[in-house]
Amino acid sequence: MALLELKNIYKIYGELHALDNVSLKVEKGEWVSIMGPSGSGKSTMMNIIGCMDKPTKGEVLLDGVDISKENAKNLTAIRRDKIGLIFQQFHLVNYLTAVENVMLAQYYHSMPDEKEAMEALERVGLADRAKHLPSQLSGGEQQRVCVARALINYPEIILADEPTGNLDEANEAVVVDLFHKLHNEGTTLIVVTHDPEVAEVAQRTLVLRSGRLAKEVVNENFTGQIHFNE
Amino acid sequence: MTKRKMFFRMIVASLMRRRSRMLVALLSIAIGATVLSGLVTIYYDVPRQMGAEFRNYGANMIFTAADKDFTLEDVNQGAAQISKSDIVGIAPYRYENVRINESPVVAAATDMEGAKAASPYWSVDGEWPSAPEQLLVGANVAESYRLKTGSYITVSYTPDLESAEDGEVVQDNFIDFEITGILDTGGSEEDYVYMSLEDMEKLTGEAGNIDVAELSISAQSDQLTAYMNKINSNVSTVNARLVKRVTASETTVLTKLQALVLLVTIVVLALTMICVATTMTAVVAERRKEIGLRKAIGASDGSIIKEFMGESMLLGFIGGVLGSVLGFIFAQEVSVNVFSSSISFKPLLVPITIIVSIAVTGLSSLMPVKSATEIDPALVLKGE
Repeated sequence: MALLELKNIYKIYGELHALDNVSLKVEKGEWVSIMGPSGSGKSTMMNIIGCMDKPTKGEVLLDGVDISKENAKNLTAIRRDKIGLIFQQFHLVNYLTAVENVMLAQYYHSMPDEKEAMEALERVGLADRAKHLPSQLSGGEQQRVCVARALINYPEIILADEPTGNLDEANEAVVVDLFHKLHNEGTTLIVVTHDPEVAEVAQRTLVLRSGRLAKEVVNENFTGQIHFNE
Repeated sequence: MTKRKMFFRMIVASLMRRRSRMLVALLSIAIGATVLSGLVTIYYDVPRQMGAEFRNYGANMIFTAADKDFTLEDVNQGAAQISKSDIVGIAPYRYENVRINESPVVAAATDMEGAKAASPYWSVDGEWPSAPEQLLVGANVAESYRLKTGSYITVSYTPDLESAEDGEVVQDNFIDFEITGILDTGGSEEDYVYMSLEDMEKLTGEAGNIDVAELSISAQSDQLTAYMNKINSNVSTVNARLVKRVTASETTVLTKLQALVLLVTIVVLALTMICVATTMTAVVAERRKEIGLRKAIGASDGSIIKEFMGESMLLGFIGGVLGSVLGFIFAQEVSVNVFSSSISFKPLLVPITIIVSIAVTGLSSLMPVKSATEIDPALVLKGE
């Protein structure tokens, strides 16, 4: 059984079909990229998979449970227990230190554990920056804190929306390398991007156009490593 | 780390690391709490302060004889029914007809210290009598007989002729008095001369009865009435009465003044709530993204409300503590400048101010915080 399955999903705003009969399956431990130009429905799909929105029609099965029928309270619980979110704008709480930002996810999930939060920061190479506020960290470092926060509760899926959109090449490589490590540890990754270099690193790339799934590319030479074009 | 520890760590971090923002909110809460605490202090202290002011207008209770004999002992017995701390002054008066330069004048014998305390509005040109055979002369008497401070006059008294035996020659008693001061009150008091009770006894040759005792008591109308009833029922020789024109006007002025202060307090409370609510709305509005993020990573509506209410209530607590201290200073300044006396510290007002401050801040934050839970995480996190 697939970890995530979208069955004939529609998201309709008046006349606009943001998602138009989209179906896809993501297996456990798979690394999938979703690409497409602006307005193609990437963010809408991300919101639906991330339990922050519901489809107008269709089913969304996460771990066998149809989340499209759940109420807001249950969706919050699913988001908290099963999904780790990474954003383009990082979205860290600006008055909490790096380690406190990681502990925030633990606080809502179960029990804050500073030692475990420090270990998560160590995994992303930021142990020495744990007591720094977001304003004292570079963009790349902030995104790594965001990754540490996303993985701290061992989610079923890590959902990343344009995770490298605000990063330079060096930091982009660091973040993709982190994804590679997570993938190797068996984490399921769904990365929404319009950067082809980031998308091509994944095992599979889905291309959206005008709300429809236009193309699916399987990366035969999957290595999980990014190679920048000269 | 427990959830509670993390909760307080987040709240403290929010207050400490967003100092400039929080200072604005804290300032509005502290100013509100200060004015509120100050006004409530004044509200409760007004009767005491105004009571002291009203004591300048003279006696508010009169003792007269309930039966034939009415002595100083009876006055003291009546006064013993009144709390000592409430007694400002007791002036017993014994009136006798005496003669100065063969002309009749009414002499009032009294306890000079008591009269001075009971009638602070009396203006004395010179000194109050402080030794035997010293006289205070009413301005009208002084004018009639051209008496001056520092001069000496002979005051004579004719004993009761009826008590003399047949054939007995009744001799006038007389004492040479030194005039120490001229009394100016603008009232009938200027028609008398004043001497000590001991001098009167010496002049008349008998202890005699007290005619009236004037008491200045620092108490409100209800308490005065209670004292009056207590004296009338417990001391059979004394007939206690209130000086209605003083007590009634005192009550009217006090009621109006307290009502005014209460009204101002309510208005300030309402303004504080509006001010704090506006500040908290602004605080919540500028944290929409943060709320969206918290919701995105799994915060329930209850958690968001708890965290924001926790923050605002901690602000309310700090504002309340500051307000209690500053409010007392404010009330003290007002009291010193308006009533020329210091205010008494009321410890109970500290917890009350803190509780009201927390409640006002909490209530003011409730609406903006509740609206914060309606923030859609997807919209906030769109990336703009």
